[in-house]
Amino acid sequence: MAGDALLTVGELRLRHRQAGVLLDGVSLTVKRGQILGVVGESGSGKSLTGLSVLGLQPEGSLSGTLAFDGEDLTRFTPRDWRRFRGHRAAMIFQDPMTAFLPVRRIGPQIVEQIRLHTKLSRQAASERVVSLLARMGVPSPEQTAQRFPHELSGGLRQRAMIAMALSCDPELLIADEPTTALDVTVQAQILTLLKEIGAREASVMLITHDMGVVAQSCTDVAVLYAGVVIETGPVASVLQTPLHPYTQALLTAIPPMDGPRPERLPVIEGVPPSPETRPSGCVFAPRCPQISPECAVRPAMRGEGAHRAACVLVA
Amino acid sequence: MKGLASRLGQMMLVLFGISVLVFAVFFATPGSDPSARIAGRGASPEVIERVRHAYGFDRPLPMRYLTMMDHLFISRNLTSYVNHGQNVVSEVFAAAPVTLSLVLWAALFWVAGALVFGMIGAAFQGGWIDRLLSFLALIGLSIPVFWLGEMVNLVSQSRFHESWLFSWVPPLGYVPFATSPLGWAKGLILPALTLAVAFIGLYSRVLRTDLLTAMQDDALRTARAKGVGPWRLWFCHALRLSGLSALSLFGLDFAQLLGGGALLTEVVFALPGVGHLTYQGLSTLDLPLIMATVLYAAFFVVIANAMIDGLYRLLDPRIGKGSHGG
Repeated sequence: MAGDALLTVGELRLRHRQAGVLLDGVSLTVKRGQILGVVGESGSGKSLTGLSVLGLQPEGSLSGTLAFDGEDLTRFTPRDWRRFRGHRAAMIFQDPMTAFLPVRRIGPQIVEQIRLHTKLSRQAASERVVSLLARMGVPSPEQTAQRFPHELSGGLRQRAMIAMALSCDPELLIADEPTTALDVTVQAQILTLLKEIGAREASVMLITHDMGVVAQSCTDVAVLYAGVVIETGPVASVLQTPLHPYTQALLTAIPPMDGPRPERLPVIEGVPPSPETRPSGCVFAPRCPQISPECAVRPAMRGEGAHRAACVLVA
Repeated sequence: MKGLASRLGQMMLVLFGISVLVFAVFFATPGSDPSARIAGRGASPEVIERVRHAYGFDRPLPMRYLTMMDHLFISRNLTSYVNHGQNVVSEVFAAAPVTLSLVLWAALFWVAGALVFGMIGAAFQGGWIDRLLSFLALIGLSIPVFWLGEMVNLVSQSRFHESWLFSWVPPLGYVPFATSPLGWAKGLILPALTLAVAFIGLYSRVLRTDLLTAMQDDALRTARAKGVGPWRLWFCHALRLSGLSALSLFGLDFAQLLGGGALLTEVVFALPGVGHLTYQGLSTLDLPLIMATVLYAAFFVVIANAMIDGLYRLLDPRIGKGSHGG
């Protein structure tokens, strides 16, 4: 089934009453069997995009298209959302420390989700939890299910979180910075796990600010800047031949592993625009070294095949 | 086990401290000399002196303290200075069930009321219902309980007693549960409601704030992402997370009321409870009665604290199992 679109987000805009326009045209596609990395700086709207797919964005007016496997998510009623969340698409969060309810054991929290979406008995659900935990590489899963969240290490907790997210066999797994709060070694293990999941079970939308994570585990990538997707494409293509000046600048800012040590790392001058100061044209124009008069109009995505960027320089 | 022992030790220490304090303050109070009171009005100095000797008031204070404690705890025949021969220990034990019944009923009303109004307030945060509830809570908190009690009596006992609404209200006073469970309940509903009004006001606001804080918690976002519906979200997740601070508050208030804090309600509704007894002891400067009621109250506060601690540990596993020595 690989190849057909599972989630299509088109020109998604979110206007918050106090904070202003937080998302200003996010377009991306997650295909079945894909691991899509959504990268961007803090405040670029990557987490909000993830939350919007589950209808959990902060209150505000949302426009654009959100289609999941042919269904229009923007028309969902609260009841539809309840059946959708955790069942067809599930989310794991940045900090597994606070994401579990601290006063209940891990097992029952996962059982709750299973029983919300299936007709399994408590007994059957508990057995499923144990097998899920085992599949996520949790040692002695029976005992772990009986533990409280604070009794587990960060890595185990995140594994339990992933087990919970996968408990109802979702088609899409949204992982919001799942490794940011973890040690580097644990990070690598969790990424390997996510990669396996992407290969076997569900499509993954991996939200991160770390290009290294993208290179290591994603098949595709969408680069967000100031609430706008500015470049998308297969990971290898985007990392080797970035089209957008922002992506190019980002990648040159990564310290080289070999060769002569640079005196200073290149930086992008200036700061990303806030929702109030976001230009009406290309959002990166104020910091772009290759600015031209055409940049006063917001460029559409252009390019050949899967690798596209929103920049006038792209032929 | 170790925790229990240290609890007991702590309780002993508290009771000892309070009893010494009450004892010392009593004898330092001007005009409290019990000999003169026992001897009666216009008694000659010789008679007073004889009484003093007979009652042992001429012995040193520590001796007198020990004697009183012996009478109170060991021989349990401590008698009142005012009503001769009245055994204060049995007085307190007779009054305790009355207070216990009243406070249990009140706690039932105030927990239910706080849950209902707190949840409604939180669910309609900022709306007119929330503002109305907050206004009512303020009124409930500021109405003096004795005034409210008098009003309730006025309405239910005389003015509208014949109407269908209040014809079930029995005359003031207490009916023991053993005599008639129905009479017991009927007689306590209005006093308990009166007592509960202020607490409902306070607790519904505390709970509302806690619920709203809990709703912002990461764990609640996870719950939403799991597909948890609104009812389950409020009752199983938010309430579970936010009930803890209200619980510790509840423990203190409950113990305080059991120890005689419901005095005004008991007096207004003519319930012969511990508060009533304390009031009687204070107004007649009757040391044995004061001592017995104060120690009884302190005992309950310590016990209730221990119970709340245990419950807290049960509800919040993050609180270390062994923080109390073990």
